[in-house]
Amino acid sequence: MRERRNIFHNADSTMIIIYILLVLMGWLNIYAAVFDENHVSIFDLDTSYGKQALWIATSALLIIIIMMTDPRFYSGFSYLIYGGIVLLLIAVLGIGREVAGSKSWIEIGSFRLQPAELAKFATSLALAAYLGRTHVNISDLKTKIMVGVLLGIPPVLILLQNDTGSAMVYAAFIFVLFREGLSGGFLIAGFTAALLFVTSLLLNQWMVMGGMAVVLALVGWQWQRGKRPWLALTGIFLASSLFVLSVDYAFHKVLEPHQKTRINVLLGKETDLKGAGYNVHQSLIAIGSGGVAGKGYLRGTQTKYNYVPEQSTDFIFCTVGEEWGFAGSLVVLGLFLALLMRIISQAERQRTAFARIYGYCVASILFFHLSINVGMAIGLLPVIGIPLPFFSYGGSSLWSFTILLFIFIKLDSHRNEVV
Amino acid sequence: MARRVFFAQRQYIIIAIMVTVVVIYVSKLFYIQVLSDKYRLLAESNVRRSLVQYPPRGVIYDRHGAKLVTNEPAYDLMVIPRQVKDPDTLELCRLLELEVKQFRHRLQKARHYSPYKASIFLEQISKESYGYLQEKLYRFPGFFVQPRTLRKYPYPVAASILGYVGEVSQAEIDKNDYYKSGDYIGKSGIEKSYEEELRGVKGMRIVMVDVFNREKGRFEEGRYDVPQVQGEDLITTLDLDLQMYAEKLMQGKRGSVVAIEPSTGEILTMVTAPGYDPNLLIGRQRAKNFSMLSEDPQKPLFNRALQAQYPPGSTFKLVVGLVGLQEGVLSVNTRYGCNGKGSSPIACSHSHASPLDLLGAIEQSCNPYFWNVFRTSIDRFGYTNTRKGYNEWRRIVTSFGFASPVSPDLLNQAKGNIPKDSYYDKYFGENGWRSLTIRSLSIGQGEILVTPLQLANLAAIIANRGFYIPPHIVKRAGNRQLTFEKKTTEVDRRHFDPIVEGMNHVFEASHGTARWYKIDSISSCGKTGTVQNPHGKDHAMFIAFAPKDNPKIAICVVVENAGFGATWAVPIASLLMEKFITGKVKRPEVEENMTKANLIEE
Repeated sequence: MRERRNIFHNADSTMIIIYILLVLMGWLNIYAAVFDENHVSIFDLDTSYGKQALWIATSALLIIIIMMTDPRFYSGFSYLIYGGIVLLLIAVLGIGREVAGSKSWIEIGSFRLQPAELAKFATSLALAAYLGRTHVNISDLKTKIMVGVLLGIPPVLILLQNDTGSAMVYAAFIFVLFREGLSGGFLIAGFTAALLFVTSLLLNQWMVMGGMAVVLALVGWQWQRGKRPWLALTGIFLASSLFVLSVDYAFHKVLEPHQKTRINVLLGKETDLKGAGYNVHQSLIAIGSGGVAGKGYLRGTQTKYNYVPEQSTDFIFCTVGEEWGFAGSLVVLGLFLALLMRIISQAERQRTAFARIYGYCVASILFFHLSINVGMAIGLLPVIGIPLPFFSYGGSSLWSFTILLFIFIKLDSHRNEVV
Repeated sequence: MARRVFFAQRQYIIIAIMVTVVVIYVSKLFYIQVLSDKYRLLAESNVRRSLVQYPPRGVIYDRHGAKLVTNEPAYDLMVIPRQVKDPDTLELCRLLELEVKQFRHRLQKARHYSPYKASIFLEQISKESYGYLQEKLYRFPGFFVQPRTLRKYPYPVAASILGYVGEVSQAEIDKNDYYKSGDYIGKSGIEKSYEEELRGVKGMRIVMVDVFNREKGRFEEGRYDVPQVQGEDLITTLDLDLQMYAEKLMQGKRGSVVAIEPSTGEILTMVTAPGYDPNLLIGRQRAKNFSMLSEDPQKPLFNRALQAQYPPGSTFKLVVGLVGLQEGVLSVNTRYGCNGKGSSPIACSHSHASPLDLLGAIEQSCNPYFWNVFRTSIDRFGYTNTRKGYNEWRRIVTSFGFASPVSPDLLNQAKGNIPKDSYYDKYFGENGWRSLTIRSLSIGQGEILVTPLQLANLAAIIANRGFYIPPHIVKRAGNRQLTFEKKTTEVDRRHFDPIVEGMNHVFEASHGTARWYKIDSISSCGKTGTVQNPHGKDHAMFIAFAPKDNPKIAICVVVENAGFGATWAVPIASLLMEKFITGKVKRPEVEENMTKANLIEE
């Protein structure tokens, strides 16, 4: 009979402490964002900080459940969990409730759940299980296709719910695949595609293609290793030209007007301070006016007086920037970076591929959310509504990130055990 | 296994990407939060609102403390277009009594100004509509009501004296940087001449507002606020009862009444007829009413008491006589003959006993008598030395306040005209004119022009026996008693006695031109005038004061196109003096005749 142990035995205290800090800071900032003198009780369930306090309490319950569960459950039931969530994602298309244009909520009584949030950890589990098998080689086409299907189903279903932001998160898995042996070319290709996308919108597409031809010709000219790969380079040129041309088409035909404006505003092609640019402009004002040390807790005028929209969810970083200043922003970003580093270093120490891959999934997803959310708030990325992990208001989001992280903490606490 | 190790190295690439992104973000944050000032300033302009505090305009009282002009709360309906969410347009239009087309137009205009800032949607909703609207307004987000004050006139009198208030024009803003677009300013009358006293000084409250423009608190505990200074109340010299009575008597007539308290120069009453109700020029209907009034052929906006210029006619004989006495060319016993209508070079209006002495000439208003007085004045230094005689005569005449604005605080006064010698030089050639050439001056005709105010002042001068306090309309502003410098004429006090006596005969002697309207209880003095009018029927004119000793009221009445002075101007003046001195009128039949008379041909 196994001895009964503390469920937190061997659990990594660094990750847990950072988690607790981020959640508490998040709650303080939600409180500040919606603060008004009429509702000062912190457990007033009419307010978002009151509800968030409830989400935090239930998250603690989830943590206990996760820590009590045998770690083998997660690897063993990963496909089942994945399948269940996919079914939920399909179900939400039928019975879902539409909120702010996205049909992504399942309503059970007064309780609302966003399956897209839960799909993140489920997909992570499934991916870890699939790639964690012995003798799996990601360079196989069959494996690639399987991984593609596994990672493709949830975002497609989420896109059908009209929730672009949550769907984009699945791009984060490229880091995991890269770590597991996917050719670096994919990472470079992805980066190049993004670069081409932006430049072809900023500049004339023919100029971009001309520039590309020059660069590729130079690469061929300077090629040192053996025969010059003219055929491959021509192929690259043709493929990217096709891409550039289709960007233009996609931009004008596929994207919705509000998405187009967001991108144009970001690229500086449009200044629309009253419409699409308003959010970013106000967000910049709020953060920028914070100065070095901030205006002080609960004393942010821009956030308190609602100049910044969505400030307890997508634009929560504004409250940090305004009330805590550069110092506060630095602390928050530092904590996130520390958490990411810790997850990666712990992941590398795992004995099982399953735990390692899952750890990278967690880091990638958190990183993607962090960079998109903060990048949007400081005007470096287009407005894509995804939450800042542990910070943003919302039960589904907090639960999902808690589950995501604590499954890894649980797996990590058992890394020395023989599987 | 080598492959595994190789892939493990990739963690550093991933870490490098993450660190790079965070470093880029920190750099950007460092730039916007630490290096740049731009956002701090933008944040301040976001939340800071300077709210102008308009102090209530001073209240205007009559001499006994009755309120002539007060303030009434009015409400502007404001709109913030961005917050307007598909309103029930029809319902709102019904509440505001607007047409749907107008509604759209106004909303478009507001949106054009700014979708985020509040602008006036509908000006000056009445108190009644406001009460009704307020209950329903919650159904129309984006609309709210802002209080401001409107002028109100409890009595519909003295419109052209009180003046009116309106939005500043661009020219007024350019001239004085105190005013900003949308401010109100006195446009005429007392409202204009005492603008600075009445308006007070605007204050400024700096508050913080949220994104919906809701006030959230004072900016820096009000450190930069500017307190408002309340406008000063004015006590005018007007006597409300007399003013109302005068306006009643003047209804249906064209002309004016000016009454002055001789000892102080305070204007008791000033009427221009036809007038208008000052309440027409407030609120939303002002523009419409104003153009209606300005297009009225009877010119109700034209203040005849100040702006109309008439030849003084026979009333001027008093001045001619006074100058003669002062110059020593005339004595009380001087007599001149008159051949009635056959007199030359100036005919008399009627036949009477001849020759007359000074008192008789005033009593009967004999033309040839005053022509002779005038001639001796002008020819005093020799028949050919007309210029010197005329200039001396003119110097004394202008000391009565003629040929220049006589009141220090009334706007747009006409100057009147006592021609200068240069005028005659130009007209007749240098030395081409003699006393005979300008003889019509002797009976107040010709180029000479005076205003009813100047004539009333003449009556006050005679009542005072030689001096006047410039006639004014305000006696007290806030706590300050206004003082006006006493002016003495060039005619000695003693010369006034025979003139006063003659004016007393006008009422009381057997041939007096005003004898039908003698006030039984009061010994009064007056002088009629009939002003020849080349455009139509003659104007009736009368100046008077009462009582003869220690006068309380001096008055001038002009009734245009009314014919002989005694018929219309005398009874009105007589009734007003009786009313002012005794408090009531004992001649109801005269009063009725006057109020009912309609002398304006439609």
